[in-house]
Amino acid sequence: MFWVSPGSAAANTVTTPGFESPRSVSLPRVLMLVQNAPSSIPPVVTVTNLVKQFGRFAALRGVTADFPPARLYAILGDNGAGKTTLLRSLAGLSAPTRGTISVLGATNPREVCAEIGYMAHPSLLYDEMSAMENLCYFARLYGIRDPERSRNLLCRAKLDPHLSRPVGQYSQGMRQRVSLARALLNDPKLLLLDEPFSNVDVGSAREMARFLGELRDQGRTIFVVTHQASFLEEAADEFVWMAEGQIVNRTPSLLTTEAR
Amino acid sequence: MTGSAGLTRATLFKDLRLEWRSKDATNAMLFFALLVVVIFSFSFDPTAEESRRIAGGLIWVAFLFASVVALNQTWARELRNQVLDAYRVSPAPANSLFLAKVLGNFVFVSVLEILMTPLFVIFYNLRALGPAYQLWIVAGLGTWALVVNGTFFAALSLRTRSREIMLPLLLFPISIPALLAMVEATSSILTGEFSAKFWIVLLVTYDLVFTMASLFFFELVLHAE
Amino acid sequence: MKRAFPILAIATVIFLGYATYQALVVAPTERTMGDVQRIFYYHVSSAWTAGLLFFINFVASIVYLARRSQKVDALALASAEVGVVFCTIVLVTGPIWARPVWGIWWTWDMRLTLTLVLWLIYVSYLLLRRFSSSGQTPVMAAVLAIFGTLDMPLVYFSIWFFRTQHPQPVMGNGGSIDPRMLHAFFVNLIAFTCFGLLVCWARYRLEVLRQEVEEMQALESLLEVRSSR
Repeated sequence: MFWVSPGSAAANTVTTPGFESPRSVSLPRVLMLVQNAPSSIPPVVTVTNLVKQFGRFAALRGVTADFPPARLYAILGDNGAGKTTLLRSLAGLSAPTRGTISVLGATNPREVCAEIGYMAHPSLLYDEMSAMENLCYFARLYGIRDPERSRNLLCRAKLDPHLSRPVGQYSQGMRQRVSLARALLNDPKLLLLDEPFSNVDVGSAREMARFLGELRDQGRTIFVVTHQASFLEEAADEFVWMAEGQIVNRTPSLLTTEAR
Repeated sequence: MTGSAGLTRATLFKDLRLEWRSKDATNAMLFFALLVVVIFSFSFDPTAEESRRIAGGLIWVAFLFASVVALNQTWARELRNQVLDAYRVSPAPANSLFLAKVLGNFVFVSVLEILMTPLFVIFYNLRALGPAYQLWIVAGLGTWALVVNGTFFAALSLRTRSREIMLPLLLFPISIPALLAMVEATSSILTGEFSAKFWIVLLVTYDLVFTMASLFFFELVLHAE
Repeated sequence: MKRAFPILAIATVIFLGYATYQALVVAPTERTMGDVQRIFYYHVSSAWTAGLLFFINFVASIVYLARRSQKVDALALASAEVGVVFCTIVLVTGPIWARPVWGIWWTWDMRLTLTLVLWLIYVSYLLLRRFSSSGQTPVMAAVLAIFGTLDMPLVYFSIWFFRTQHPQPVMGNGGSIDPRMLHAFFVNLIAFTCFGLLVCWARYRLEVLRQEVEEMQALESLLEVRSSR
């Protein structure tokens, strides 16, 4: 990691127990874990035996899991554990090599893409345009013509809609907030966030985590891929631990890491 | 349909605005075309009669090379910060994006042609002996032929290694009939020896065939990883 | 199937030998062109074989887009590669023949130009396959193959009109053809077709094997836990 913040150090120490024995990871245990997951409510996202390969490299190697709705999932794991690939598969950006995905009742996420919000690690914004111009353009992609929606979202992200400075000159933290606002443009039922806290100062990150909790309370399902799990300690409902392209553990809180 | 037309317009204006602010494509393209004109004009120093015959070829080859610069920039803009992914996760139709890109490139290359043609006229003392109004038709159709396939193949080469080199390698072979038509039509009009009608019909056919084909396949290309 | 290949290979080689004998020994020397005319037996046969292979590539590309079968893609790749080889033979033998007969190496003749453009398009097709880095290479290649085929009629008409504006060397030749020449020609045509399809088949099998190996390696990487940690 190139940056140091109080949160990240804490997150790293807590993260370690999840990966103490990657060699013992096997498919049956993953299946067992799925049965442990609450099953009374129909899941909003189901993946079955999901495999994604880039040539000889297997980014996902048989992920099977159910995710009930209206919960905030923190997806944790080292670099190369397959977190981003899982998120991209759910967003419909990356077609699985094998296995099936069901998102909001559709087997192809493209069919329900109007209900999905996606925030990637890169900003997905045009550096030469202002925040408002960016959001207004992306709102058009969802058929939203009214600039009021973009203005509201910027205000909620604590940014001034009248700021004419191009996004390229924003601080990383401001850009992350614009990026989150962009993902919320279509009022999505399912929100997929890749590293939303990276390079955001601690105060803003906590603020953002609280905001995500509110969004969850409104009934949205949220997946957050992050290295800084500590920010989500309160907001998240479940911590999903990934290693070697598989889900190795799912725990209700960060500290009860031995919930296996 | 009005929705996707509106989206095409929004995307087009967005691209024009981005280009206006960064001027990535324009500066490089204009200077490149200027270089080509200058180099050509002292490589070939023809008499007025000869220059009418070869000018069509020189002009279009110069435009072809220069437009590759603009075409490479179109998608480069979308790759920075992976903005293309934002389009791919949205329900917006792929063809709106394609048409906006084609129209944008058409504008860029047309501006280039309007600025460069006077230079050719000066360096080569050109004067059309045939019906000069047809030059406008040939220019419009020819430019469309270049940018429609150019935009498509630029998207096709997005996921290749060294994609900037890939574009001309894919574009030039397919463009041979269009290029031949543009060159021959321009020469016919300049010399006034032949009618350019056949070449114009050929260009119209080429434009129609490849616009249709591109619209048909673009969604496939956009959503391929 | 495995047995059939060596048998067919031997049969094709014998047939090719017979065809060469026909072309170089049995067929009489042409009166005006001389021995250089004999290149014609290989030239036309190669052109026909290249055309056939490119047609196979076109059909395979369409089928691939519809079915997404890896084997069909292997066929598309094999036919394009072998087609380019035969097309190259055409482009090399053409000028060798044209120089003594027409007095020029090259002319913008219809067939010549069409072959050249076809060759250029398919070389760019192979380059795309080579440089493409994603798992979507077959899709991109199939789309390019279809674009290339759409281009062909346009190339044809453009050259047809181009020719009518420009003077052409005279290549008409009257007179009757010796039946032995005709015989040699058809024997060569069939021999080259068999040869081309055989090489294409070999290439196809190689490609399918490569795909299988890749699949195995992918499965292996799926099962083993990376030891980097």
